[in-house]
Amino acid sequence: MTSSLLFNMTTFAYLISMLLFFVFLASRNKALGVAAMASAYVGLLSQTIAIALRWKESYDMGVGHAPLSNLYESVVFFSWTIVLIYALLDIKYKYRVIGAFVMPFALLGMAWAQLGLNTGIEPLVPALQSNWLLYHVITCFLGYAAFAVACGISIMYLIKAAHDESGQKSGESSVMGMFPPIRVLDDLNYRAIMVGFPLLTLGIITGAAWANYAWGTYWSWDPKETWSLIVWFVYAAFLHARFTRGWVGKRAAWLSIIGFAATIFCYLGVNLFLSGLHSYGGGK
Amino acid sequence: MTIKQRSFLQSFWDLFCSLKLTMFVLISLASISIIGTIIPQGTPPPEYLAQLNPAKLKLYRSLGFFDMYHSWWFILLLCLLTVNLVACSIKRLPHIWKIITRPQTVFDNGLEQSLSGVVSFNNHDEPKKIKERIADILKADFADPLVTDADGAWHLFAQKNRWCRLSVYCVHLSVIIVFIGAIIGSLFGYKGFVNILEGESVSRVMLRSEKEIDLGFSVLCEKFSVAYYNTGAPKEFKSILTVFENGKPVPDYEHVRVIVNDPLSYKGITFYQSSYGNAGNYHFTVSDPDGKGTVPLSVNSDSSVTLPDGSSMHVIEATEDIAPYAQGLSGPAVQVELHSPNGTSEQFVVYANHPELNIQHARQHKGGAVIHYKGADLRMYTGLQVAKDPGVWIVWLGCLLMVIGVYAAFFMSHRRIWVRIQDGTVTVGGNASKNQASFLLFLDGLVDKLKTNLNKEKE
Repeated sequence: MTSSLLFNMTTFAYLISMLLFFVFLASRNKALGVAAMASAYVGLLSQTIAIALRWKESYDMGVGHAPLSNLYESVVFFSWTIVLIYALLDIKYKYRVIGAFVMPFALLGMAWAQLGLNTGIEPLVPALQSNWLLYHVITCFLGYAAFAVACGISIMYLIKAAHDESGQKSGESSVMGMFPPIRVLDDLNYRAIMVGFPLLTLGIITGAAWANYAWGTYWSWDPKETWSLIVWFVYAAFLHARFTRGWVGKRAAWLSIIGFAATIFCYLGVNLFLSGLHSYGGGK
Repeated sequence: MTIKQRSFLQSFWDLFCSLKLTMFVLISLASISIIGTIIPQGTPPPEYLAQLNPAKLKLYRSLGFFDMYHSWWFILLLCLLTVNLVACSIKRLPHIWKIITRPQTVFDNGLEQSLSGVVSFNNHDEPKKIKERIADILKADFADPLVTDADGAWHLFAQKNRWCRLSVYCVHLSVIIVFIGAIIGSLFGYKGFVNILEGESVSRVMLRSEKEIDLGFSVLCEKFSVAYYNTGAPKEFKSILTVFENGKPVPDYEHVRVIVNDPLSYKGITFYQSSYGNAGNYHFTVSDPDGKGTVPLSVNSDSSVTLPDGSSMHVIEATEDIAPYAQGLSGPAVQVELHSPNGTSEQFVVYANHPELNIQHARQHKGGAVIHYKGADLRMYTGLQVAKDPGVWIVWLGCLLMVIGVYAAFFMSHRRIWVRIQDGTVTVGGNASKNQASFLLFLDGLVDKLKTNLNKEKE
C-alpha cells in the first residue's frame, strides 16, 4: 500500500460523499445522508493514513520531513483539515446537510492536487528546516479550513435568506426545508469563525516568531504576511459586525465569504501572482 | 462651555466609541493593505519603474505607494484604530469592572425580571437548613456561594470565570502592546547586512538606512560551506563564526555554527545566515603576440586590472571546469571583459588548459595581447543579516496576551447563579455571558438536583 494509492481512494471517497450529499439534499432520504457522511469518514480515514504514510516514505527516501513542504502537500493537508473541521461540526451540532456545501471544497482540493500538481517527495530546502514549519502550517491550515466551512455555511445562509424573503413558504416539502433556520446558520457561521480566528491568530504569530528566528524580522510586509493580515482584519470585522447595528445577518454572511476569498488568495493567489518570501509554496 | 459645544464634543466622543468606526477602520485597513502587495515596496526594481508612465510614477511617489505601510495615511488609520480601541474600552470598561468586582449578591425583583428561565419551587423546611443544603450543592457542582441575609430572605450568589469578562479588553490592550513593541524596535533597533570573507572579520555593519554602525566587537568568518542533496538542491548553508572583543575570542562564542534557521546572538545583536558568494584573486599571464615579454597579472573579483597595452580587464564569471559549457574542452576558464584605450570593449573566454585557443583569439584581434588563465585563489564570503530589536519581547508579550485574550473571549463564559429562599419558596435564576442556551440546560439540571435533594432531606 502506497500513500499515492490511498490519496486516490480519498479523492474518490470525497467525490462519492459529495454526490450522495447532493442526492440527499434533493431526496430528503435520511439513509443517503448517513451514507454521505460515512463516505466522508472513509475518505478522512484513508487520507489520515496516507499523510502518515507519506511522512514515513520521506524518511525511507532519506529526506525525512513532515508532508507540509510544497504546494501539493499543502493542498492535500488543507483538504484534510476541511473534512476534519466539518466532521467535528457534524458530531457537535448534527446539521448534516452542511456537508453538501463543504465537501465540494475538500474534493476540489484533492482533485486538483492529484491531477494537476507535482506529487513527488522533495528534500527540504534550508529555509524550511525548522520545527516552526509544523506549528505554523498546522495552525494556519486548521484556521483556513474553519473559514472554508464558515464560507459554505454563509452561502447556505444567503440562499435560505433569499428564499425566506421571497415568501414562498412551501415549507417541508422543498429542498429549503432541509436547510437549518437562518438563525441557526448565522450561529454556526459564528462558531466556525470562532474556531478559525484564534487559529489564524496563532498561525500569524508562529509565522512571525519563525521569521524573527530565521531572518531577524518578525514582520516585513511581505505579500504573504500582508494578505494574512488582510484576512485577519476581515474576520475581525466579522466578529465586531455581530455587535454593530446594520451589520448583522446578510452583511455578516458576505463578510465571511469575502474573508474566505481573501484566505484563498492569501494561500494560492500570493504564490501564483505575487512574488515574495513564501516562494517554496508555489507551483512548479 | 455652551450646550452646542458640549454636544459637538459629545458626538465626537461617540464617534470614537462607535463600532461603526471600528468596522470602517478594519475594512479600510484590509482593502488599503492590498496596494502594497501589488506595488513593489522599498526600492522597486528599475524594470518596474521603467514601465510606469511619468505621471503615474509621480502620483505613486507623492502618495507614498512605494513605502505605503509607513505612509502618513496608513499610520493615520492605525492611529484611528488605536484611538477607537481605547475609546471603546474607556466607555465600556467601568460597567464591566463593576460587574466583576461588585456583583449583585441580592436576588431582588428587578434582577429576577431581567433573567430568563427563572425557576421557583416550594419547600417548607427550615430556611437555614435549606440554605446550607443549597450552598453545599452549589459549592460541589458550581462554585462556592456568597450568602446574604436581606429583607427576611436568604440570598445565595455564586459565579464562575468572572475575569473572562475582561478578555476582550485584553485583546484590545494586546494590539496596543504590539504597536508599542514595534515602535520601540523601529526607534532603538536596526537592521543591516554584512558580507564577511573567509578568514576575515568585521566590526562595522551597513544598515538599511545606509548608515554605518560600530558593533563594539568583531565577527570573524572562519569558514563558509554549502552542502547539496543528490538532486542538486541546496541542503545547508553554513558559516563558522567567532566573536572577538578587544582582540580576544569570546568564550562560548568561538567556532559557532550558523545556518539558516539557526542564528548567532551576541549582546542583543543577531546574525542570520542569508546569502553567500565567491571573492578572491584570478591569476593570468599576459605576453606579446609573439610570445615574448610575459608578465604575471592578478585581478580581484570585484575590481579591474590594467594590461601593459593600457586596456583594462575584469572577470565576469569563472568556472573550475568548462566541460559542461563547451564540448571537447576541459579545465578552469574565466569569462573576461576587456576595455581597450580606444574605447572598444569585448567579452571572451580565457582558458587554463587550452593555451592554443588563447593564442588563436589574440591572432584574430591583430596586435592584441595573449592572455593565459592560471587559476584562482578564491575565497567564499558569507552574507549575514544583522538585526537588533529591543522591542521584540514586548511584541511577544502582546502576542501572548492576544492568544490568551482571544481564547478566553471565545471559549470562556462568565456564569452566575442566584438563589433566594423566602417564605417557603426557593427561586433559582442565572445568566451566562456566552452560550446562554447550554448554560440554561445546566441550570435546569441543577434545579432538578436541588429539588430531589431537598425532598430527600425532608423524608
